[in-house]
Amino acid sequence: MPPIVTVAGLTKHYQVAEKAPGLAGALAHFFRRRYKAVLAVKGITFAIEPGEIVGFLGPNGAGKTTVLKMLSGLVHPTAGTVRVADRVPFAREKQLLMSITLVMGGKQQLIWDLPARDSYRINAAVYELDDATAATRVAALASMLDMAANLDKPVRKLSLGERMKAELIAALLHHPKVLFLDEPTLGLDVNAQATIRTFLAEYCRSTGATILLTSHYMADITALCQRVLVIDQGVLRYDGSLAGIHERFAPYREVSIELARPIDRAQLAGMGEIESLEGRSAKLLVDRSKLTQVVARVMGELEVTDLTVSDPPIEQVIAKVFKDGATAAAAPPAAP
Amino acid sequence: MRAFAKKLRVLLAVQYAYMLEYRGEIFLWIVVTVLPLIMLGPWMAAGASGRFPLDEREFARYFVAVFVVRQFSLCWVIYEFEGLVVSGRLSPQLLLPIDPAWRYIAAHVSEFASRAPFVLAITLVVVAMFPAAVTADDGGWLLPGPGAIALAAIATASAFALRFLMQYSLSMGALWIERISAFDRLQMLPYLFLSGLVAPLEVFPERVREVVLWTPFPYLVWFPARLLAGGDVGPPARAVGIMLGWSLAFWVLMRWLWRRGLRHYSAMGA
Repeated sequence: MPPIVTVAGLTKHYQVAEKAPGLAGALAHFFRRRYKAVLAVKGITFAIEPGEIVGFLGPNGAGKTTVLKMLSGLVHPTAGTVRVADRVPFAREKQLLMSITLVMGGKQQLIWDLPARDSYRINAAVYELDDATAATRVAALASMLDMAANLDKPVRKLSLGERMKAELIAALLHHPKVLFLDEPTLGLDVNAQATIRTFLAEYCRSTGATILLTSHYMADITALCQRVLVIDQGVLRYDGSLAGIHERFAPYREVSIELARPIDRAQLAGMGEIESLEGRSAKLLVDRSKLTQVVARVMGELEVTDLTVSDPPIEQVIAKVFKDGATAAAAPPAAP
Repeated sequence: MRAFAKKLRVLLAVQYAYMLEYRGEIFLWIVVTVLPLIMLGPWMAAGASGRFPLDEREFARYFVAVFVVRQFSLCWVIYEFEGLVVSGRLSPQLLLPIDPAWRYIAAHVSEFASRAPFVLAITLVVVAMFPAAVTADDGGWLLPGPGAIALAAIATASAFALRFLMQYSLSMGALWIERISAFDRLQMLPYLFLSGLVAPLEVFPERVREVVLWTPFPYLVWFPARLLAGGDVGPPARAVGIMLGWSLAFWVLMRWLWRRGLRHYSAMGA
């Protein structure tokens, strides 16, 4: 089966007006406007197979949302090609619009002063669903999201989490094949986040939909995605499995040691980076290539009661990748 | 076609429900658009002087008709569209498989429907205050007949369509320069004076009136108001031709700007 999303050399440049602060800056801006070219996305290439749930990671301003806007046809690329469900998104063909959705956390399509059900009536008509089908789908989606009791309240009266769930129902009413989700759990409490994650997993399982998901909550990514794309400064840094991120960006393992008696830092010298040392517990980050050697030294030189070796948490690795952006930028991008 | 009719029907119903949430606001919007009723007094006095082509009663009828026509042909799409572009709220609308213009048209038409009872009430009050507006030469009632009302209704709907196309074409500029509504305020000047809103075209010098009749402005207010109030509007074919011509021109311009403008849309804020 061919990929449902193909992106090749995708590039987007923006012109942004620059203004110095203060009155002088405002006057200068009024008489002579200066523009700066912003390279939001720089020639990225990837493909997504039907049914995949792909995490799209990157720090703020990395270009994630711009890519999603281009994939959904909102923004025209400066260069490169995009095809979604075998169509060019920017052409805004009806067949494509009928098969995709874009959900942006914090942005809404629902009519603020009316119950969500009224907005669903518009969506059902626009997506050419008959009344019975629309009613069945609204009921099913509302049930999955535990929203049945809230659909007749004005949207402005809903909590943030309820609004996000109501937005998801609107976005999925036409059973899109491709979902672009931009921070769908933004600002929600942990329970609401968990509900939405479970819902998305269930939706994909039952419909075979494809998802490209951005989120700053790693729990969203780890719960839903087997594959991730990492973008930074508009460049795709990584495209591969979630587990593979450790190998690419964290060529070390975490060694947790429980000791018979407290030690000082000097006794761990040369064994790896000391992540923590509190009383009889120590954590070391050890280069994978030296792991056997270090474990042998620890066992030989220290009174160890317990020792575990694990990959560092993915949140920690991703945070490190973004923090060390310059270092990562120097590294060659991974092959897809 | 049936699917499209259903889309429009639902859009109108939901937008009407939305408008009903703001009954008080609608009444205030009507109150701030009573300029024709303000003009009514001075022009009636001027008509009584005998120095103008219309007499006191004709001026009264005309301005009451202008008030009614204007209530059902107002257009604010440029302010709505500008807000959507600047805030990025246009994005969700672009993702739906229907041209966003239909949503705005439904919003306008729904508001006209929600205005109707208020407009009727205010018109009755004004007529009670200025009975000259419905008084014939012989002192009896002079009310527009069903034919005149039907023609005026069609002309008012056409006036709204033309005004919408004019303003929506201009709105497309928001895709380039965002704050486009300033240009609408600029064109309010010719709109005010050439549409017949502050003075009927009959009081213009003959040669000026002939030129003005080739612009779109008189067909936004004067033409439907004159049909409702009764009076000479010139050859109907010319009026219909000019309205259709301008409507077509603005539609072509709007579609062209829409296609080009979307390339500039940055979906900022969304």
